[in-house]
Amino acid sequence: MSTETVEEAQREGHEPAAPHDATHDHPSDGKYIKIALILAALTAAEVATFYVEEQLGALLIPLLLGMMVVKFFIVAAWFMHLRFDSKLFSRVFVSGILLATFVYTAFLTTFEFF
Amino acid sequence: MTVTDQSHDPDSPTAVIDRAPHREDGPLDGHATSTGLSNEKLAMWVFLGSECLLFGGLISTFLLLRSRDVPDRVGPEVSELYDIPFTSVSSFVLLMSSLTMVLALAAIQRGDQQRLRTWLVTTALLGATFMAGQVYEFTAFVREGLGFTTNLQSSAFFVLTGFHGAHVTIGIVMLMSLSVMSARGSLTRQRSETVEIAGLYWHFVDVVWIIIFTVVYLIR
Repeated sequence: MSTETVEEAQREGHEPAAPHDATHDHPSDGKYIKIALILAALTAAEVATFYVEEQLGALLIPLLLGMMVVKFFIVAAWFMHLRFDSKLFSRVFVSGILLATFVYTAFLTTFEFF
Repeated sequence: MTVTDQSHDPDSPTAVIDRAPHREDGPLDGHATSTGLSNEKLAMWVFLGSECLLFGGLISTFLLLRSRDVPDRVGPEVSELYDIPFTSVSSFVLLMSSLTMVLALAAIQRGDQQRLRTWLVTTALLGATFMAGQVYEFTAFVREGLGFTTNLQSSAFFVLTGFHGAHVTIGIVMLMSLSVMSARGSLTRQRSETVEIAGLYWHFVDVVWIIIFTVVYLIR
């Protein structure tokens, strides 16, 4: 940010913006609240499965895992801003997830978990 | 008159020159790095990537020990003592703390210090509520005869959820520190990245709980 822009912002009574423009194109507060409502609805659906376990039968585990992955993705993409930030951050995080998945799948397989 | 910052255009002939001398803006200036990204933020993402291995190990160990039939097992099974409605409320509280955390970040990016402090303290309180729930759950388990060393399954459960609780507690300390910094005037809009980095940690703690809640509590 140039010196002129900083001074202009201060004259207008606001604090100057972050030097690297950290705001990117982040969603509005209203959008964040909508996302939180979606997450709350998914959590409610997860809890609801507890009461209809018998009826869901073999569908229960895939359904719960699916909702878990969707919730994880929504928080990472929107609240952690991976959707808006550099792809490098996503790659670093996904590398950790993939490495953990690979290592512990091997570990559980070794001990005949599956 | 406003002068446009040329360094945002990577093709600009002055872009490379502009990246280097910005150190006076403070150490959080992401353009003053070889990647063009903030080193602090990148370091947090690397840390979170490594944390996936830590929690992956703890979750896998719990799943493995839970799946084993031990004929002479001492004490009750962990899953016999779950209070799903209670844990669901705790999970919801932690999930909503992610919303308040992101609202705190949005507030500092607008330069709204009052709301920043409000949302930071709200997030810390929601985190503390979650922790109070965990303490209650642990106490109830111990009262039912399931302590840390009662059996292998209980050890794995307490280590997993205890490690997560320790992360939440560290997050609460971070949030309160940021609130104090804001009240003292040292957390300006230009340092919003500090809140963003703390927020990444907080959201990670939330996503780990999303996994624990499903894999440990709901899938039995």
